[in-house]
Amino acid sequence: MSRHNIIYFAREGAYNMFSHGFMSFAAVGITVACLIIMGTFTLVAVNANAMLEDMEAQNQMLAFVDDKSWTEEQARALESQLRAVPNVADVEFISNAEAAAAFRARYEGDELFTGLPDDNFRHRYAIYLKDIGLMRQTKTDLEGIPGIGEGNVAAYEDEAAGFITIRNVAGVVCVVLIAVLFLVSVFIIANTIKLTTFDRREEIAIMKMVGATNGFIRWPFVYEGFLLGLFSAVIGFFLQWGLYEAVARSIASNDTINLISTVPFSSMWGYVAVIFAGAGMLIGVGGSLSAIRRFLQA
Amino acid sequence: MIRLTDVVKEYPNGTHALNGLSLEIQDGEFVFMVGPSGSGKSTVIKLLIGEIEPSEGRVMVNGFSLLNIREWQIPYMRRTVGVIFQDFRLIEHKSVYDNMVFAMRAVGAGPKEIRKRIPYCLNLVGLENKGRRLPSELSGGEQQRVAIARALLNNPSTIIADEPTGNLDPARSLEIMRLLERINALGTTVLVVTHEKDLVNRFDKRVVMLERGRVVSDGRGWYGRRTQ
Repeated sequence: MSRHNIIYFAREGAYNMFSHGFMSFAAVGITVACLIIMGTFTLVAVNANAMLEDMEAQNQMLAFVDDKSWTEEQARALESQLRAVPNVADVEFISNAEAAAAFRARYEGDELFTGLPDDNFRHRYAIYLKDIGLMRQTKTDLEGIPGIGEGNVAAYEDEAAGFITIRNVAGVVCVVLIAVLFLVSVFIIANTIKLTTFDRREEIAIMKMVGATNGFIRWPFVYEGFLLGLFSAVIGFFLQWGLYEAVARSIASNDTINLISTVPFSSMWGYVAVIFAGAGMLIGVGGSLSAIRRFLQA
Repeated sequence: MIRLTDVVKEYPNGTHALNGLSLEIQDGEFVFMVGPSGSGKSTVIKLLIGEIEPSEGRVMVNGFSLLNIREWQIPYMRRTVGVIFQDFRLIEHKSVYDNMVFAMRAVGAGPKEIRKRIPYCLNLVGLENKGRRLPSELSGGEQQRVAIARALLNNPSTIIADEPTGNLDPARSLEIMRLLERINALGTTVLVVTHEKDLVNRFDKRVVMLERGRVVSDGRGWYGRRTQ
């Protein structure tokens, strides 16, 4: 493709977009609406995922020091070995005195536990994991460390499995919904652009009559779809930003739901921009190609 | 050169538009094709510009065999043929000059070639001063001359005119025919499909008459030599 053809296609695409203002407005409006619906869904999914990750991070294992007679120094010496186990994100040492104090505080007022000596408790470590899906393997690794030993690691595997199931189901639901919305968007845009193409069937017939190749006829429409998609992405991005900030502010100021924390838009605007630009252009170009195909036959 | 050999065309609805039509037009010839409605004239044009395929027989247009032409070759075949229609088919929102640019761009012509060729063609049809006008600002005859200039832009070896004077008064019709005659004199093959007997009879040219999808007469003048 020569340089003057590229310039010509780009100019024709832009000219067509502005000369068919109403149809372009309709196409951009529909694309923006579809992008915002998809974007909102994705952002809700991102926030739900972030909340699940927080909850997962709080899901800890306890590794007890096997020998009650070990001094605090001896028990603390295990920390480096525990940190070296794969999938361990963090460890926190809890001495037997701290564990006993916490126990007594929980059962304060219960005579049965009053006066329980500290040496009834063992030194222990709270272990935080990177991926709770690997909990069973990590437990086995921790039990293999001399000083901890088999049967001395308490893991809440059922709870972890619950989190994993929720995350997997939410992930699949999100992907399916976004894919469906994307296909619906392409279909709507294809039909909108089909109307603009129908409006220009005479021009297409003339181009074919004088011997234009299908590729040559197609390119201005591809550029037009590209530009429509890009415009839609830019407008959609800023509207999405405004909408997200407004919802985040209203959640933060609401007394009943302010415990829900939202991911700040500033930490993900780059991803959102790239996804909007990519989806917008893909929808625009895909819609154009699908619309023009019928006119290029014969 | 155009050559149709034993061409049969049957449309999907069962209509037999052509029934074993054979015709040969040599390079540089001027030919009128006449016949009543439904005789197959439009089908011949559609075949010659690759819009439809023959059901049987062979069609050759300027070296391209339309029997086994590939889809990607059709645009290149069309560049050898300039087509003119009764309704001019100009883009209303573009000026005369831009209509011409549009047609040249469509075949990938560069700016330099465009600047050179368009004034030449407009001059040939006597519209060198009307380049900035919109088609709606021109008379029917002038619009048809723009269509002829556009058909000539890519220097085709053949011009096919489908009822080019159908929308014009007799004086303008004669003007258009004289213009086509002049273009023919420059070496371009011209095939004019018409049903205007008086106009055809003013020119001493070859006349091919179709009836029910066959050539029934081929010779000089309106009532030419009967072949079948």
